[in-house]
Amino acid sequence: MSIQVRDINKRFGDFVALDNLTQDFPSGELVALLGPSGCGKTTLLRVIAGLEQADSGQVLLEGEDASDTHVRERQVGFVFQHYALFRHMTVFDNVAFGLRMKPRKLRPSAEEIRRRVHELLQLVQLDWLADRYPAQLSGGQRQRIALARALAVEPRVLLLDEPFGALDAKVRKELRRWLRRLHDELHITSIFVTHDQEEALEVADRVVLMNHGRIEQVGSPDEVYRHPATPFVYGFLGSANRFEGSNGAGGIAIGAATLPASGGPQGEVVAFVRPHELDIIPLAEGEGLPARISRVLTLGALTRVELEGRDGLGGQHFDVELPASHPLAAQLQTGQPVRLQPRSVRLFAQNEKAGAA
Amino acid sequence: MAGHVSALALSHDRAALLESKQATREPAWVKALILTVALGFFFVFLLLPLFVVFSEALAKGWRVYADALLEPDALSAVKLTLLAALISVPLNLVFGVCAAWAVTRFDFRGKQLLITLIDLPFSVSPVVAGLIYVLVFSSHGWVGPWLIAHGVKIIFAVPGIVLATVFVTVPFVARELIPLLQAQGREEEEAAVVLGARGWQVFWHVTLPNVRWALLYGVILSNARAMGEFGAVSVVSGHIRGETNTLPLHIEILYNEYNFTAAFAVASLLALLALVTLVVKSWVEWRQGRQAGEEH
Repeated sequence: MSIQVRDINKRFGDFVALDNLTQDFPSGELVALLGPSGCGKTTLLRVIAGLEQADSGQVLLEGEDASDTHVRERQVGFVFQHYALFRHMTVFDNVAFGLRMKPRKLRPSAEEIRRRVHELLQLVQLDWLADRYPAQLSGGQRQRIALARALAVEPRVLLLDEPFGALDAKVRKELRRWLRRLHDELHITSIFVTHDQEEALEVADRVVLMNHGRIEQVGSPDEVYRHPATPFVYGFLGSANRFEGSNGAGGIAIGAATLPASGGPQGEVVAFVRPHELDIIPLAEGEGLPARISRVLTLGALTRVELEGRDGLGGQHFDVELPASHPLAAQLQTGQPVRLQPRSVRLFAQNEKAGAA
Repeated sequence: MAGHVSALALSHDRAALLESKQATREPAWVKALILTVALGFFFVFLLLPLFVVFSEALAKGWRVYADALLEPDALSAVKLTLLAALISVPLNLVFGVCAAWAVTRFDFRGKQLLITLIDLPFSVSPVVAGLIYVLVFSSHGWVGPWLIAHGVKIIFAVPGIVLATVFVTVPFVARELIPLLQAQGREEEEAAVVLGARGWQVFWHVTLPNVRWALLYGVILSNARAMGEFGAVSVVSGHIRGETNTLPLHIEILYNEYNFTAAFAVASLLALLALVTLVVKSWVEWRQGRQAGEEH
């Protein structure tokens, strides 16, 4: 089922959680709402679910205005960050809850409920835990049960609020892949909220980047990573070196150094360079930005070099990543003066810089 | 107060932990001294009186003891005490749940006032509570003459005793539930609503089971207070034998008549009630502690 939100506004006191937000979520996709905490992503999810009432604007489910439809009738599945399992009920009763709460006319028979619950527990691969209580399960198991419970009422939409936020890194990675596989089996329109860019890029069909209650960019994971539309997106997705300068006919002037011109906006600009797109030239003088190595760190296949700017770039930090097998990696010394030459620079006009991370 | 319960269970484990570490272990004589003071106090002021109650009650043998309890005035006092408890405890159960629900789930003006009012019976002397009812309902009171003219007698009658008992037991259930409902938050209830549960279904299947032990704990305390209340009831009762005497009042009358054995015999009933309450309370605490333990 498709979801559309139109001109949604939501304030909490003076805080603007959602600022005139409009967005379509096409049917069958797994979409990530990605952004820093306080950007309004959870509020948007709760507004779609009906757990939160927007101050103005519309939520359309399958083209129909659902703004006045009660949560109960919206047929959404909601998965909470902290699972919200009913702690006094067994896993079986938790999953059966939605079916048992149906009005008598619509309620399946006890036998049918039993069959459906076991089917769902098999789907989340936890059938053997049916008689346990939530407190006896691990975090990852609880979240899978919460998902089974949400699916039991055959929701038209699945909404997940930071579903893996409370889990440790290893379990989180496993569950991510598992959620992706599950979505490929069920094809139910799903939206999940996350502040973890890696999670969003790995799992989602489409990423919606939010900041300050607005949408910054929407696209496939590849699109948003390769072609960030705003400084905020650039800074938020992956690490980036950021420096300010002015773009003119002769190139980009940054401090005393000048980088070759690459088009883009003229005048005062903010430049972004990914750490793996910055080359170290082991010469004190010459082309590129003057810097000094302050730390070299090799972790597995990757060598990370931290540098400080010098000669008019004092106070500026740079991060560079290169393969550990790179001939240069073994030669770099702490304190060594070098030059930095970007292979690719992304420029934004200075007035766009608001919100850059 | 539910917090107190789990805190008590927790401090028990902590004590063992502290004892097991040399750094935090107290010298033997300090331990002995503190234990002696605590246990000595406990023995002299709590255990000894309890023992005296039972020994005095049985001093003249089982027959006298039984007679004192089966005498019509004593039986009527038992009945009245049970009646007062039977009315006030369910009332407080309903009021306590409503008040706790209102305080923790709704946003409204005067919430602070409601919380303060719930505590009022704790802070006001029971005698004053009794006097309030006398001032309002007695034949010289505000609405008393009108009520008496219509054949309703409240002061120096059973309704007054029930009212006074309700007043002094008001805080127990609400006080137990408010901190628990506050700590629990809304997520489980929201989950239930998203799954299609209606208001009462959420309350019955999700909210209530989560607070059931605290609720029972509040009911037990409320019941103990209802049966043992003296001050407030004494003011409104009028001490009419066989009619408006509750167990505590009956004991006082017997004692003032130098009928010590009978007084202690009836007192032993209340003491037994206290012991039963303690056992049930410990059991509930244990269950609650276990439930809290399971959540971690």
